[in-house]
Amino acid sequence: MPESVDQNAYGYLTQPEVRFLDAAVARLIPADELGPGAKEAGVTCFIDRQLTSSWGTHGRNYRMGPWLEGTPQQGFQSRLTPQEIYRAAIRETDLYCSRQYGKAFCFLTAEQQDEVLHALEDDKIELESLSAKLFFGLLLRNTEEGFFADPMYGGNRDKIGWKLIGFPGVAAGNYSEHLEKHNVPYRAEPVSILDIQQHKVQVDAQGYPKHVMLDKKD
Amino acid sequence: MSVKLKPVDVVVVGAGLAGTIVCKELAATGLRIVGLERGRMLDSQHDLAMPYVHDELKYERASDIVQNLSRETITFRNNMNETALPMREIGSFKPGECVGGAAVHWGGMTQRFLPWDFETRSRTLARYGKSQIPEDCTSQDWGLTYDELEPYYDQFEHIYGIGGKAGNLNGEIQPGGNPFEGPRSREYPNPPKEPSYSGTLFAKAAVSLGYQPFPMGTATMTRPYTNPYRLMLSQCVNGGYCGHFTCGMGAKATPLTAVLPALLKHENFELRALCNVIKVNLDSDGKRAVSVTYLDARGREVEQPADLVILTSYTFNNVRLMLLSGIGKPYDPVSNRGVVGRNYAYVTYGKVGLFFDDKVFNRFMGGGGLATAIDEFNGDNFDHTDLGFFGGAYHIVSSVGAPPIKSHPVPPGTPRWGAGWKQAVAQYYNRSFQIIAHGSCQSYRTNYLDLDPTYRDANGLPLIRLTFDRRENEFRMSAYTTAKAAEIAKAIGPSKMSVNPVTGKYTIVGYQSTHNTGGAAMGADPATSAVNKYLQAWDVPNVFVIGASAYPQNSANAPTGTVGALACWAADSIKDRYLKRPGALA
Repeated sequence: MPESVDQNAYGYLTQPEVRFLDAAVARLIPADELGPGAKEAGVTCFIDRQLTSSWGTHGRNYRMGPWLEGTPQQGFQSRLTPQEIYRAAIRETDLYCSRQYGKAFCFLTAEQQDEVLHALEDDKIELESLSAKLFFGLLLRNTEEGFFADPMYGGNRDKIGWKLIGFPGVAAGNYSEHLEKHNVPYRAEPVSILDIQQHKVQVDAQGYPKHVMLDKKD
Repeated sequence: MSVKLKPVDVVVVGAGLAGTIVCKELAATGLRIVGLERGRMLDSQHDLAMPYVHDELKYERASDIVQNLSRETITFRNNMNETALPMREIGSFKPGECVGGAAVHWGGMTQRFLPWDFETRSRTLARYGKSQIPEDCTSQDWGLTYDELEPYYDQFEHIYGIGGKAGNLNGEIQPGGNPFEGPRSREYPNPPKEPSYSGTLFAKAAVSLGYQPFPMGTATMTRPYTNPYRLMLSQCVNGGYCGHFTCGMGAKATPLTAVLPALLKHENFELRALCNVIKVNLDSDGKRAVSVTYLDARGREVEQPADLVILTSYTFNNVRLMLLSGIGKPYDPVSNRGVVGRNYAYVTYGKVGLFFDDKVFNRFMGGGGLATAIDEFNGDNFDHTDLGFFGGAYHIVSSVGAPPIKSHPVPPGTPRWGAGWKQAVAQYYNRSFQIIAHGSCQSYRTNYLDLDPTYRDANGLPLIRLTFDRRENEFRMSAYTTAKAAEIAKAIGPSKMSVNPVTGKYTIVGYQSTHNTGGAAMGADPATSAVNKYLQAWDVPNVFVIGASAYPQNSANAPTGTVGALACWAADSIKDRYLKRPGALA
């Protein structure tokens, strides 16, 4: 997908929050010899769009009190919405980083960033508004979602996540014949819903795209 | 102030798998029938259209065909000493909220229950004696046998175009099918799916250990099919995106594809979507239902009088409506009295993950019910003497598609994030599969449903409260059957393996299965069941309550086929018995 101005338009996140998330998701799924990571896939943009959707205010969640902490088995019980969680947790984590390292999270070394992320994951940082573990869990879940969801949601740019694992995206209509070929990899250029919306890929009468097969090199 | 409508003959609450079948079967009688559904009508141009139905983020999460928890949820606690808290986001299970109900997003795997499942308690007592059943276990016989239900399994399988291979035709064991199943009166309407690569490896290993693998029954069409309602279903192309998703090509049998278009042709039937029933109104002595009250799309309160009221909503709402309406005595686990809310059960899944470096499975291909299974350790198909538990599990390898947000398995020891995680996901996304030991769940005295004392829905009515945890019997069963799965896995020979029997407390977090059962259990004894063998409320004979809410305990087998069979059975009971002599049938 070509670069465009829209890709880096943010509806909820502020610039310091974007810098924080760009840095954090780049550690969660780093760019390496296997290919680009979550930052390059536009996961921060994905998170921003999720936060501006009804999910960002927990539009389909039960939101009546009383609000009790509950047991781990009883699941999410925070009063905060994802919008509120990201806003508070990023600010408070950056405060922690300033105290601990003298600078904001995005300016730390990769090792220091990993230290902070591990501390969040293990609930070893005391954030003021919420549990660090809760924030980390949400961030990790959204990062994986943004890496693997259809690019129409703003992440998984250039289908980076799908290419990494060989997932072809929207299914083609010819899988049945290939199912019988055992232990033969089906390697296709992935097709997204976005591709079809943008008429970059042709579909058959039932709406299934024709996959372009990749060279059988490996 | 409610609007009171003109009476109709029959009101059916919930237009899901059971409701649509009951309406269709009763529509032939000419009775005036109204179907009420809290969710919206789905639209083939939007909800069921390619490429949108291949949107994993939307459908794997809390999609717009799943219960909107902002209006109504359940509360949950592990035991009676805890305070139940609301399930604030979709987790362990996904009740539907649309015309078609949860069956719109079902996976399509279709099984019958074993004959043993219907007589769990009496057969266990007869073979092993009292000591085999834990003291607080309330599992019981259904009051209905497999043989009685068999014609209705057959009927449902033909409506839904199930593909499969019979293992027992009229008592004769058939090669290639499941030799442990109850006798079938005829073959499946459609052939089974061709096995996938992982299924083939599983089958080969199973045979080497002396087991008899068979293809799973599926509601994804294995050939173009016209059902008894003269509806055409397309052949499945194995594109994945079945369970949790709708189908973009009408190849998965659901209420929308297999029943509704034929049902809507009946002029004596009317479907009202976005109508949320909040109460069944009884007459002054509480022995007869006179009407239902619902809120329509505009928020108006409407009263619909009817001679016969049939509840066919999801397990939780069948029970909740009974409790809100005063139908049947609410269950009290302390005194062990009452019946409504009793015998809630769930599922017990053990999992063995297999990771390979030399095999590739194209896991994104497949379709609902494309699976290979064995039944040697299901029900009472094996000797439980000295095993310390009863019940069992079937073992299954499924190829149902593997969209990557939810499905990116990694071997044990893989870090949760970072370069190591990325490398493992890249290596194993397409080089792994699972053997599931898909097990039964018995019912226990303190696993139950009642009305929550604190939390309310958007209409101010109490939520249903779920009190549930797993028990030692299920832990032992899962340990035993998961170990069997691990033996098969070893015979296949992966480079890495994970073995995860069910342990620890049940948690509402993370999707597990929409196989919630019980709460309005059926049985032969009104002291321990909410409905009789015809699914008729014991205390209010013009109310029938149909669904997995009727299961006295949960079989290892997937529940949907039996919901369909019970719907056919109840519809016939109403037509052939109740309408001729309205009153208690048992």
